[in-house]
Amino acid sequence: MKADPFALWVYLSQTPLLWLTMTLLVYALVDAVSQATGRNALANPVLHSIWIVGVFLWLTGTSYTTYFSGAQFVHFLLGPATVALAVPLYENREVIVASILPMIAALMVGCVTAIVSVVLLAEAAGLPKTVVLSLAPKSVTAGVAMGISESLGGDPSLAAVAVIITGIMGAIAVTPLMNALGIRDFRARGFAVGLASHGLGTARAFQVDALAGAFAGIAMSLNALVTSLLVPVAATLLLR
Amino acid sequence: MIASLSLILLCQLAGEAIVRGLGAPVPAPVIGLALLLALLLARDQLSVLEFGPLRNDGVEEAAGGLLRHMSLMFVPAGVGVVQQLDLIADRGVAITLVLAASVVITLLATVATFLASAWLIARLRGAR
Repeated sequence: MKADPFALWVYLSQTPLLWLTMTLLVYALVDAVSQATGRNALANPVLHSIWIVGVFLWLTGTSYTTYFSGAQFVHFLLGPATVALAVPLYENREVIVASILPMIAALMVGCVTAIVSVVLLAEAAGLPKTVVLSLAPKSVTAGVAMGISESLGGDPSLAAVAVIITGIMGAIAVTPLMNALGIRDFRARGFAVGLASHGLGTARAFQVDALAGAFAGIAMSLNALVTSLLVPVAATLLLR
Repeated sequence: MIASLSLILLCQLAGEAIVRGLGAPVPAPVIGLALLLALLLARDQLSVLEFGPLRNDGVEEAAGGLLRHMSLMFVPAGVGVVQQLDLIADRGVAITLVLAASVVITLLATVATFLASAWLIARLRGAR
């Protein structure tokens, strides 16, 4: 019996296997292109994977829930990867202890700037309150931001999207921005991108410099802590 | 490899238990990170801890493997943008501009504070 290709598609498109395979395959291809361009910031593998997978889901009329049934296995690894940041912190402990004071100062200023700037700009742009609340925690990693915006009455799935957009933009902007300003201190560069753009900024920092990556990892984990405490305060003070 | 991954998951699990148990507003993986860091630091002091994944760079290599591919892990959540197409069509340009401006402001404020305070501390130390 010859299989009907449409029936086969209907079957496969409901299996997690297809969507997991597709996520890895698209990423592997886009990552190879990124490597071929010498890790050019605009060849950001996450950005291009997202739109390619998104367009494919739209063309085939596949729901995000179906896609996520396969992709969740990759998504799950975000937690263990956050725990794994302990290792670069441990390996760079001497440099980190030596620059503890600049780090604390930059953490406080950066965290407040990240929240206040997005809330004020979003209010000025006339965005509705639920959107503002979903954008407020955009500089911390996805799982944390979703929890924060939900507890404030924002939309967690919009918060996740804001987090990813922020991460990609920070990862693309940081190298040209810091080079243009002539900043060559890789501790400061890494710390800034980890704070502003969480894991995506950290991943970018590791591509550029190992020390920058370690500082980005610290900034990302400390900012997750401070932001979860500050966003509720900022929301009550800045939003009426 | 398996033992090292188990240790990483065990730290996250303990973090989850602590967060649930105390109702703390801290993400569980961040607690897991602190636990793994404490374990690695303790190992340098106590040789009894030098076994399994805490020996011969076991957990170090597993963590390196996870961190090298961290970008990939953001793809599933990012594809969630397909659920927001109505809002994107309506307000996408404003949202993108707001986020872009905010991320550049944040990068500049953070890097400036870091460099200024590092410079200030170096000067204070030099003056003593």
